[in-house]
Amino acid sequence: MLRILVTRLALGVTTVALVSLLIFAAVEALPGDACVAVLQRDAVGVRLENCRRDLGLDRPAVARYLDWAQGALHGDLGRSAGSNAPIAPMLAVRLRNTMLLAGCALAVGVPLALLLGILAALRRERAPDIIASLAGIIGMTVPEFVSATVLIYVFSIWLGWVPGIVMADSAAPLAAFFPGIVLPVVVLTMVMTAHIMRTVRSSVIDVLASDHVQMARLKGVPEHRVILVHVLPSALLPAINVVALTVAWLLGGVVVVEKVFNYPGLGRFLVDSITERDLPVVQAIALLLGSVYVGVNLAADLLTLLLNPRLRSRQSGA
Amino acid sequence: MAVSSTLLGRTLARGSGALGLGLVAIHILLALFAPLLVPYDPLTIDGAMMFDPPGAAHWLGTDELGRDILTRTLLGGRQAMLVTAVATPVAVAWGGLLGIWLGLAGGRIDAVLMRLVDAVLSLPWILKMLLIIVTFGAAAQVLTVTLAFFYGVPVIRVARAAAHGVVARDFIAAARARGHGTGAIVLREVLPNVRDALMVEGAMRWSWMLLAFSSLSFLGFGVAPPTPDWGLMIADSRNSMAIAPWSALAPILALSTLITGINLAADALAKAAGLDRAQNVVH
Repeated sequence: MLRILVTRLALGVTTVALVSLLIFAAVEALPGDACVAVLQRDAVGVRLENCRRDLGLDRPAVARYLDWAQGALHGDLGRSAGSNAPIAPMLAVRLRNTMLLAGCALAVGVPLALLLGILAALRRERAPDIIASLAGIIGMTVPEFVSATVLIYVFSIWLGWVPGIVMADSAAPLAAFFPGIVLPVVVLTMVMTAHIMRTVRSSVIDVLASDHVQMARLKGVPEHRVILVHVLPSALLPAINVVALTVAWLLGGVVVVEKVFNYPGLGRFLVDSITERDLPVVQAIALLLGSVYVGVNLAADLLTLLLNPRLRSRQSGA
Repeated sequence: MAVSSTLLGRTLARGSGALGLGLVAIHILLALFAPLLVPYDPLTIDGAMMFDPPGAAHWLGTDELGRDILTRTLLGGRQAMLVTAVATPVAVAWGGLLGIWLGLAGGRIDAVLMRLVDAVLSLPWILKMLLIIVTFGAAAQVLTVTLAFFYGVPVIRVARAAAHGVVARDFIAAARARGHGTGAIVLREVLPNVRDALMVEGAMRWSWMLLAFSSLSFLGFGVAPPTPDWGLMIADSRNSMAIAPWSALAPILALSTLITGINLAADALAKAAGLDRAQNVVH
C-alpha cells in the first residue's frame, strides 16, 4: 500500500515538473517577451536591453526556468508584465471565485447525477432511463455557450428572474456574486451531471449483473437492501474518477462560461492574459491548472484504492 | 441479413444510431451543396432590412446588418466542418499509430512519452489552442494542424490501452516468431483489432473539435467576421437578443443538431462494436 502511494506521488510530481517545463518552453518559443509586452512600440535598442536586464531576461533560459520553478515552489509566481503587481495574490482571488462557482456546481450536480444515474440503471430501458439518457446526451453535447445563450434569453431577458451577467469585480465579497452566479452554475451543472450520470448508470448496471448481487438475491435479501448494501458501495467507485476529472475541468476549463457571464474567475483571467500577452501570468495560471489536474486525479486514484479492497490486494500483489 | 452483420448495419439498427447518422448526413450534404441552395448573398448588408422578423422574403429573418439568416446558417458550418473533417482523421491516425506502437514497444520510450502525454493532457484545451492562435493567427490551416495535433494526444492513450488488450494474444507471438518487425505487427496484426475503438474515438474527437472550433469563434478567436460561422453568429446575436431573439435560433439549432448527431452515432457505434463508452470523460 505504501509503495503504491509513493509511486503514484512520484509520478504526479514528475508530471507537474514536466508541465512546468512544457509551459515554460512554450512561452519561451512565443515571439516577444514580457519587455516587448510592457514597452510595446518603445521595445527597441537601449530601453529594451535595460528592461531585459532589470527583469533578468538576458540570462540563459535554463537559469530563468530554475529561478521561476524555485519561486513557484515557495509561492512566488513572479510579477505581471502588464501591471507589475505580484501574480500570486491576483491568482488567489480568481481561484477563490472559480472555486465558488465550481463548489456550487458540484453541490448541485454530484447528488443529482448520482440519483439520476442510479434511477436510470434500476429502470433500465424503461421511461426514466430513456429520458435520463436523452437528457444526458443533450447536456453533454450542446455547447456551453449555446445553453448559456438560451438560458440568458429565457430566464434573464424574457422572464427577468435572474441577471444574465455577473457585475461583481474579482475582489468583491463572495455574497456579491449572487444571484448572478445562478445561470453559470446551471450551465456547468448540465454538462457535468450528464457525464457523471452516464458513468454511474453503466457501473450500477455492471454490478447488478455480478455474482455477489445474484447471490444476495438468491439468499432472499430484500431488494432495497441489495441495492443499498451490495450494489451501491462498489458501483459508486468509478464515479470517484469522473468526479475528479469534473473538478479539474470546473477549475480549469470553464473559460467559455466565465466569458459569457462575465464571471471574474481563472478561465477569464487566462484568456485575458493570453490576449494581453501577459506571459508571466499565463505561465503561472498554466502551472496552477496543471497541478490541480494532476493533484485531483491523484487524490481520486488513491481514494479508489483505499475504498476498494479488491483493487488494493491485486495491485500490491503484482 | 448481410447489411445488419456489418458494423454500419448494426449501428443503423439502433434508433439512436440511425437518427445520429441521419443528422450527420444531412449536415454534410447541406454543407456540400449550400452554395447552390442559398437564396441570398451571405455578406450583402441591407440597412433597410435590419432585424427583419421571419417572413416570406427572409424565412428565418435578418440579422443586425440586414443579412439573410437562412443563408448565413446554411453556409455557417462549412469552415468548421471542413477544418474538423480534415483534422479528425489526422489526429486519429497519428495518435492511434503512435499509441499502438508504444503499447507494443513498452520500455523506457513508452514510459517517457506517456509522461509527456499526461503533462499535455493536464493543461486546459483553450490554453493550448490560444497560445498557438495568438502566435500564428486563426487561419483555417493553422486551426487544422493545431486541432489535429492536440486532439491526437488523448488518442495515444486510448490506442495504447486498446493495444495492451491485444499484445499478449497468441497471434502477436506468432507474428513475432515469424520474424515480423514491430511496424508490420502494428499495421497487420494490432490495427485491425483496435479499429473499432479508434473509430468510436474518432467520432468523439470530431464532436469535441467542432465544440472547440465553434467555442473559439464564439469567443472571437476563430473565424473572422464577416465570414458566416455558427459560433460567431450566436455571439453576435447576444447583443440583440431582446429585440431579435430569432437571430440566434437557427445557428443554435444547426450547431446543436450536428454535435448531438455525431454523439448519438458514436454512442450507437460503440454499442454496436461492443465497446463501453461510459469511461469517456470531460475533455
